[in-house]
Amino acid sequence: MIKKIFLLGNPNVGKSVIFSRLTGVQVISSNYPGTTVEILKGQLKIRDQSIEVVDLPGTYSLEPSSKAEEVAVSILSESPKEEMVIINIIDATNLERNLFLTLQLIEKGYAVIACLNMCDDTTHRGITIDTKKLEEILQIPVISTCAVTGVGIKFLIERLKEAHPAVRNTLSHEERWKEIGRIIESVQQLSHRHHTFRELLEDASIRPLSGLLISAAVLYASFKIVRFLGEFMINKICDPVFFNLYQPLVMHLSNALGGDGFWHHLLIGDLINGKIDFKQSFGVLTTAPYIEFAMVLPYIASFYFILSLLEDIGYLPRLAILLDNLLHRLGLHGFAIIPILLGFGCNVPGILATRVLESKRERFIASTLISIGVPCVPLQAMILGLLGGFGGWYVGGVYLVLFSLVLILGIIMNRTLKGYSPEFLLEIPPYRFPPLQILAAKLYFRIKGFIFEAVPIVLLGVLVINILMYAKIFDLVTGFFAPVIKNLFGLPKEAIVALIIGFLRKDVAVGLLMPLGLTAKQLFISTTLLAISFPCVATFVIMLKELGLKYLIKAVIIMVSVTLVVGTILNFGILR
Amino acid sequence: MKRISLIQLPRGKKAKVVEILGGSALQNRMMGMGIYPGKEIIKQSHFVLKGPVTIKTGRSLVALGHGMAVKVIVEIE
Repeated sequence: MIKKIFLLGNPNVGKSVIFSRLTGVQVISSNYPGTTVEILKGQLKIRDQSIEVVDLPGTYSLEPSSKAEEVAVSILSESPKEEMVIINIIDATNLERNLFLTLQLIEKGYAVIACLNMCDDTTHRGITIDTKKLEEILQIPVISTCAVTGVGIKFLIERLKEAHPAVRNTLSHEERWKEIGRIIESVQQLSHRHHTFRELLEDASIRPLSGLLISAAVLYASFKIVRFLGEFMINKICDPVFFNLYQPLVMHLSNALGGDGFWHHLLIGDLINGKIDFKQSFGVLTTAPYIEFAMVLPYIASFYFILSLLEDIGYLPRLAILLDNLLHRLGLHGFAIIPILLGFGCNVPGILATRVLESKRERFIASTLISIGVPCVPLQAMILGLLGGFGGWYVGGVYLVLFSLVLILGIIMNRTLKGYSPEFLLEIPPYRFPPLQILAAKLYFRIKGFIFEAVPIVLLGVLVINILMYAKIFDLVTGFFAPVIKNLFGLPKEAIVALIIGFLRKDVAVGLLMPLGLTAKQLFISTTLLAISFPCVATFVIMLKELGLKYLIKAVIIMVSVTLVVGTILNFGILR
Repeated sequence: MKRISLIQLPRGKKAKVVEILGGSALQNRMMGMGIYPGKEIIKQSHFVLKGPVTIKTGRSLVALGHGMAVKVIVEIE
């Protein structure tokens, strides 16, 4: 009786896509090893029976070498063997390397069914695999699938019941590779082909000079496209909707509420020159939805569009090679660029993704650097929206300060923390061009996540802030922090409210700065401090979960000291 | 026959892995990725200033940090 199905395989073979196909649960998949760092669960319905399906992080062997792999292997050993089936997902274009894990699983006595995924890709690459023969040799069911299009999934489900433990001697690693050599010889045929343009491009992106040029072009183009698409959506869609359709509506409400009083303060906020100003009124129905839908959402959409594209094509691991040298000096290695890039979307998935790094030391350094020096999209969108008006130098300045901080802090942490930074060992996937519907589904999934997770918090947050402001609770706090804020940072005492609210959400915090009428310099300092001081509460919780209290406290001490130092330096160092 | 490390192997050259210096954890990790004594590999690229090395092993492309590449000893004609 099968109670559980585990999806197991090497990194980046398409486990998560198979998982989505089996369970209907949408998950993020990308073209680099280690996209899945958490255990994902879903249900597969066969007639009237429902079986639990577990998607595990990818692993090359049953001897784990990172936190994510450790999780996969330990989950597997916790469940009783007789109640489970392992679907071993294999990249058909790289059968040889994948069989190492397959043989290990069979040797351990698990009921295994092998799934040769990406079978459409084998034809392009001139590979033919005799699945019948492979079945005979391995004595387990072998099914060809192409998860992206759904080919073969039905057969996979039908043949699940055939999975049973096969008899195989336990081999040493060397013997196992010899055995694999023999298997490959008899089941796989390669036809010779000329190099394709894709392969030329793959090659160029891992050479020092051409790789550097390509990466500069890719990063520059990405930044430009994100900015262009974001601004386009704001100017052509969001602003017109808010100003032409929504504003008259809330204006009616404002009049109905009499233009003043508690409820007006809560929902509409303050009228600026007798009118609602979406950037300054600060009401639950005015500034809150404007921030989320007209300032942040367009950038969420454009950022994740580009990130998803780069992820699925398989460019990011190539970036990792190029940056290995630099990141090594910060106590990390090249692969840390992936958590960092994810952190630019939202710090939470970024810090989760540090699980692909090998040691606790690396994970601490990476998480601390992400939470201090990597601004999330909501914060970046607000910085662009606010500082953009004063000229590109201010916006660029914020990034420059953050980038220098990452370098300086990284070098300091690398020199002072005990231990050493492990070396980088990473498989570089081939370029793949994702079908558009797959890309669209991923983008939709990420935008939906933002709307359902962020927007309620923002609305609620603004509500609570408005109540506290109405009750003049903040006045106590502002008075207390005034000396620091005024004398060290050169900011008006009200700015402390924004810094505190930054703990809740960064975009709301910047929203609080908007009505203060700050100068360009003050805005520059306060937004930079918002980026480097405490991360938002969601990031905080994830850091606690991932690193533990001791490391979190260390990180907090670093954050507070850096905030004080940087705020003071910026205040006294910038003349205009 | 000459024994050298991956670092010394010229780009584009084919060589046979003969030894992986270092602990069993490292050996197992490389083993799982298809780098083990007896395996033929081709060096694809090498980054200056102690940068990483990329090699082709079987059908996969693998990048190794400098410190790791030093530990992979190969044999060339």
